Amino acid sequence: MAQATVLETPDVTLDGLLATPAGRQLLSCIQCGTCAGTCPYGDFMRYTPRRLIGMLREGFIEEVLSTDDLLTCVTCYDCWAKCPRGLRLTDVLLPAVKEQVLLRLPEVPAELQSALANTMRYGNPMGESPRKRAAWVESAGVPVPILRDLGRPVDVLWIVECYAAYYPRGQDNARATARILHALGVDFAILGNEEKCAGECARLVGEKGLFDTLREQNLATYAKYEFGSLLTCDPHAFDAFAFVYPALGLAQPVDHTTPFVASRLDALRPRLTKDLGYKITYHDSCVLGRHNHMHDEPRRLLEAIPGVSLVEMTHNRDNTICCGGGGGGMWLDTFYKAKGYPRLSDRRVEEALATGADVLAVSCPYEVPRFEDSLKVLGGDDRMVVRDVMELVAEALAD
Amino acid sequence: MAGNVWVVAEQWKGSVSDATYEALALGRDLAEGLGARLEAVLLGQGVRALADSLGRADAVLYVDHPALAEGTGEQTSRALAALAAERSPALILVPTTNVSWDLLGLLPARLGVPLVNFCRQATASGGAVEFSSLLYGGKMAATLTAGDGTVVVAVLPGVRPAEAGKGGPPPQVEEVAVAFEAGDGVRWLEYEEPEAGDVDITQQEFLVAVGRGISNEANVEVAEELAAALGGAVCGSRPVIDQGWLPLVRQVGKSGVTVKPRLYVAAGISGAPEHVEGMKDAELIVAVNTDPGAPIFSVAHYGIVEDATDVLEALAEAVSKRKG
Amino acid sequence: MKILVLMKMVPDIVEELEVAADGRSLDQEYLRFIVNERDEYALEQALLLKDRLQATVVVVAPEAPEVDDVLFTARAKGADRLIKVVGLPAGAGARVTATALAATLPGVDGVLPADLVLSGCQSIDDLDGFVAPLLAAALGLPYLGLVSRVAVDAEGGKALLSKEYAGGVMGRFELSLPALVGIQGCEKPPRYVPVAKVRAAIAAGGIEEVAAAGGAGVAPLEIAAMAKPEAAGHAEMLEGSARDVAEKVADILAARGLL
Repeated sequence: MAQATVLETPDVTLDGLLATPAGRQLLSCIQCGTCAGTCPYGDFMRYTPRRLIGMLREGFIEEVLSTDDLLTCVTCYDCWAKCPRGLRLTDVLLPAVKEQVLLRLPEVPAELQSALANTMRYGNPMGESPRKRAAWVESAGVPVPILRDLGRPVDVLWIVECYAAYYPRGQDNARATARILHALGVDFAILGNEEKCAGECARLVGEKGLFDTLREQNLATYAKYEFGSLLTCDPHAFDAFAFVYPALGLAQPVDHTTPFVASRLDALRPRLTKDLGYKITYHDSCVLGRHNHMHDEPRRLLEAIPGVSLVEMTHNRDNTICCGGGGGGMWLDTFYKAKGYPRLSDRRVEEALATGADVLAVSCPYEVPRFEDSLKVLGGDDRMVVRDVMELVAEALAD
Repeated sequence: MAGNVWVVAEQWKGSVSDATYEALALGRDLAEGLGARLEAVLLGQGVRALADSLGRADAVLYVDHPALAEGTGEQTSRALAALAAERSPALILVPTTNVSWDLLGLLPARLGVPLVNFCRQATASGGAVEFSSLLYGGKMAATLTAGDGTVVVAVLPGVRPAEAGKGGPPPQVEEVAVAFEAGDGVRWLEYEEPEAGDVDITQQEFLVAVGRGISNEANVEVAEELAAALGGAVCGSRPVIDQGWLPLVRQVGKSGVTVKPRLYVAAGISGAPEHVEGMKDAELIVAVNTDPGAPIFSVAHYGIVEDATDVLEALAEAVSKRKG
Repeated sequence: MKILVLMKMVPDIVEELEVAADGRSLDQEYLRFIVNERDEYALEQALLLKDRLQATVVVVAPEAPEVDDVLFTARAKGADRLIKVVGLPAGAGARVTATALAATLPGVDGVLPADLVLSGCQSIDDLDGFVAPLLAAALGLPYLGLVSRVAVDAEGGKALLSKEYAGGVMGRFELSLPALVGIQGCEKPPRYVPVAKVRAAIAAGGIEEVAAAGGAGVAPLEIAAMAKPEAAGHAEMLEGSARDVAEKVADILAARGLL
């Protein structure tokens, strides 16, 4: 089983790949095609990882780099997880290739361009003012300290990330998480206006320059403060902090909120007093689940909620189906639509609806808007809702 | 402030614009306040008859010249500068529309006088004029004065109701021969009408307008659903046309069309003046924007601070259900 | 062929604008500056012409916060030369800027004469005028504004332009070169350039700084006060979730016989 590890970034040339261990490993591909077969957009992609590596080895990589085909990859880690040789496809090969694609693309799809430009300028893809990044705190219902104002070290620096900070449904998640952290007596603080996007999705879509800039800025901000660990509700940010930021000096460990709270279940359990009575199906996210294999933690949390029964979808755990939001997919819906691709989130929600569950539980902020959209489109929003695991746990919390 | 109040009568393709009458109404108030005459300045070729509708003015100064036929700023600014240099008006009010845009840009330089841009109000008292102008996409209003001497004023649409600038008997017309360097550096060739075959949004009773706030092109479809449920059409503000999400014929505002539907739903539109001028007279305006400070809320009858696409979607459903 | 692009910075209205303590100007504490959107279209038009005509593109901008990033981004997109005009008085409006540029540019080697000068024909802070036509008049260049299509007949020494009118009508014009064109739009939106390229441009440096030459202007406008506009009215705000407000709106529409 492939294991997530620390990152390298080789050049996308034969020489460049030969110069790094991950790169040399990529060149040992046996061309079995498992990657193409498991890719959710494999039917639509001309240059699947198998073909990509084949063309690289034969000297035809320029042909791949001159098309927009690689924008079809939503970095779901499926090929990475299934590759029999454990090649570093999603985390090493694809971002490196996409970086070259972006440099050559005559026109970047408008929505993606906007998201990237906004992230560079405002630290979030929405283009909202950085000064409004902590606006959600006012309605959190519990104290959410801002690290700069706190003036002392904290155990946990909670990186809220863009969607949880700015999107209404993301803010529901943020408020729920704040309540839970408070109930657990965790000593935490947030950065507020000083927080900027961790940049992982920019990195995965090929905007390495943007990622590098954000990483530099974020590390400079973190260096001003003393904290024991990082905590985030965003699995992509989790990956960035766990595997890419350390190379430039991030020393503190990082947790994602779901396993973090799950590991404190004993302390939490007595406070989970409200009987929710939901039949829940849990969607494993590509990053938290498939990439980091954290399948059990969210399930343990959900099962600890009174009145909850869990039912599994057909594709679960490492076989989960991507919501389509990762790696830039969140900002390429128009692009995919113009090409006639089906919405991945629709496929996933169909499976969810087939379980007969009341609630589709998730632990990645991209999934909430994407699955809620699909629920409406499929007409299932009268019998199922989408909730983040944190929202469900908070709902069960005694007042 | 000595001298008369001038209003440049904007004539294009054979008719005088509504914006001209709005400016005349303002000009009337200023002339009265200053104890001066109000004169309309009509520039063109063979358009003397258009002077008849400028009755709100005390007189019309008419300059007839082939170079002025299409209202091209390069030429009109030279003619008007020459005329103004002779007559020294106190104020030259110019409507702010595409037709007069270049005139506004060039005239102050040719005449060597200040310009007050984006003027939405002006009051005269004690021989001086105080202006109020909108800046920063409508987010700030500046109150200012411009000193003695001739001042060119760019008058925003909607500064007065057009009706207030109409009426009065056909005014006295003075045809003036002005010596100006016409030049031929800028030559008009032809006009291109927009492609027909699409919807004429000026004829629609129900319009669903989308702006940047709908985030992506795919969400235009959601607006289409609501438009269909209402029995109307989708239109947009400039940014969505610039991005190519809607064709040019669907643009509402300065470079687009002015619409007066029974219902105008503005989704994800901030309400910058260039858009507002095109829809402010709609009978019922419902605006959705995530920014509670968006200028659109000053023009709308009902406002909602929510994600535009979410509301469009919910409204499409609600409307469909009501209509059965 | 040489194309000059004039760009300038304007207040970024994504941030809340506040009035300074003097009651007459913008509070600077949280104010950020962004490139004038129409100038981005002007640059895009210049770059398209550069490809088609093998032209060189010279970008000029007055000094302002965050202007260096804009100049380096222009370089990363393909601009050949970057010039920053320094020494303009703080809060210089369009009039002062245009007069200063007209006095300064002729003295900079290799800038003028340019075959074509492109600049946005409006911006959100043009209280006392539009820079592009003011500069055209000062330089004695023919001018046409609100242009959204530019084609150049280099041999014939002319530009073919499409100017926007209301209702989607376009006016086709011909300008004799050299000329200054006020850009409103472009056949495509401004291109994206990856951050790595901008960083490389920043590392390479190369912004030429030029001192603004003086110039007499007209008396400036006297701003007595600045404030958030009082609306003539305000919308009645509807509260609730998207679903709730949708129901409320549907009620209102039904009551007015619009359904």
